[in-house]
Amino acid sequence: MIKGLDGAGAASEAMRQINPDVVAAYPITPQTAVVENYAKFLADGLVSGEMIRVESEHSAMSACVGASAAGARVMTATSSAGLALMWEILGVASGLRLPVVMNVVNRALSGPINIHCDHSDSMGCRDQGWIQIYCEDAQEVYDFNLLAVKLSEKVKLPVMVMQDGFITSHSLQRMETLKDKDVKKFVGDYKFESSLLNVDKPITHGPLQLFDYYFETKKQLSDSIEKSKVDYLKIGRELSNLTKRKYSYFEEYKLKDSEVVIVVLSSTAGAVKEVIDGLREKGKKVGLLKINLFRPFPYKEVENALKHVKNIAVLDRSESYGGNAPLFSEIKNSLFDVKTKINSYIFGLGGREIYEKDIENVFEELLSNKIKNRYVGLR
Amino acid sequence: MKSWKEIPIGGRIVKKGSSLDYKTGSWKSLKPILDTKKCINCMRCVVFCPDDCIPLKDGKRLETDLDYCKGCLICLEVCPVKALSAKKESEK
Repeated sequence: MIKGLDGAGAASEAMRQINPDVVAAYPITPQTAVVENYAKFLADGLVSGEMIRVESEHSAMSACVGASAAGARVMTATSSAGLALMWEILGVASGLRLPVVMNVVNRALSGPINIHCDHSDSMGCRDQGWIQIYCEDAQEVYDFNLLAVKLSEKVKLPVMVMQDGFITSHSLQRMETLKDKDVKKFVGDYKFESSLLNVDKPITHGPLQLFDYYFETKKQLSDSIEKSKVDYLKIGRELSNLTKRKYSYFEEYKLKDSEVVIVVLSSTAGAVKEVIDGLREKGKKVGLLKINLFRPFPYKEVENALKHVKNIAVLDRSESYGGNAPLFSEIKNSLFDVKTKINSYIFGLGGREIYEKDIENVFEELLSNKIKNRYVGLR
Repeated sequence: MKSWKEIPIGGRIVKKGSSLDYKTGSWKSLKPILDTKKCINCMRCVVFCPDDCIPLKDGKRLETDLDYCKGCLICLEVCPVKALSAKKESEK
């Protein structure tokens, strides 16, 4: 069905169709619309889940962990400071291997206080053991929510689905949704074999582990998140059968014969494609690699996709102060054995706009191999 | 000890009563000593013991199970007849 939805609407429409057992969330800009829409569905009797109105995001994630341990299918959403306040419990969800799907509407972290998009919130918790998927537009937000529910339950790890605050979350886009019954069939019924509420099979979730088994439990997590790459593709193929769209680790746009390439996450990829079309008409061999799956990171596949490229710009919408920016760092790691030039550009912090002209300039710098600006759009 | 491939995921404990396998007695620096002549078996120490490590038999308390006693010595605090005293863990 063709619909006009913004990214937040796409996330909540997916939530309506998935119909999770429990949603525990706290409002924060620009995520608010996601849960607001869901609350309306609940008030209108369109969904049957339990909504827990908590007093903070720390409590929201704690309620999600408890509900998941009890065997519920759980979803939530947050942004920025809300995600930061969840930080402690993010590691509990992944550490206890409890499925949770969370929509993260990317917003800058304080301070100074700022409500607009950058990726510092979700990048800050990239090592917390959650699978991370970055979405370009409302369509990807919808599709990846469906994929995330199945993936999370299959591999017993929590999943974050990211979209750009305001840019994606609050702009109306043309997109397609599946029929309710097809989504219901796709996600299926959820049966948790380690439910805390099963009195016939008593179980403890979240005990103390010191020198004895903490290390082993973390190694299991590391092993499982690495292996989840395979399930991501498998479940992606199942979803493809319904949507006719493809779900890979990343999208390649005119990449095969490109001499220079921009690597970027989320909504900016759309603007980069527009610029590529223009430059291609002028005969410039330029392309894009847009990462969807950031955790686990597909190092080998990225290497294979980029090794023929002469010059690469990695555009990060967050900084690692005193270190390499997060996406740049991963691309550089991927290309350790390859003689390709990689350049780090920082853009868009706190919602600073990036224009087509800025992206053209990056391509021009790559083509002429005269890298001037590490920062795009900085005065 | 088992390897990471042999244990349940997420630190889950699937065996009942497994806390008995963890001997918290190694934590203590002071241990409670019972003077059975003074003890009136009022059971206050039994109720207050946070680790439930004072065994009972025929309505009487026995010596504290030092495998699990963490040495908090709340038993000394609540004893109305001063039947308990503390010794260093290293003392015989």
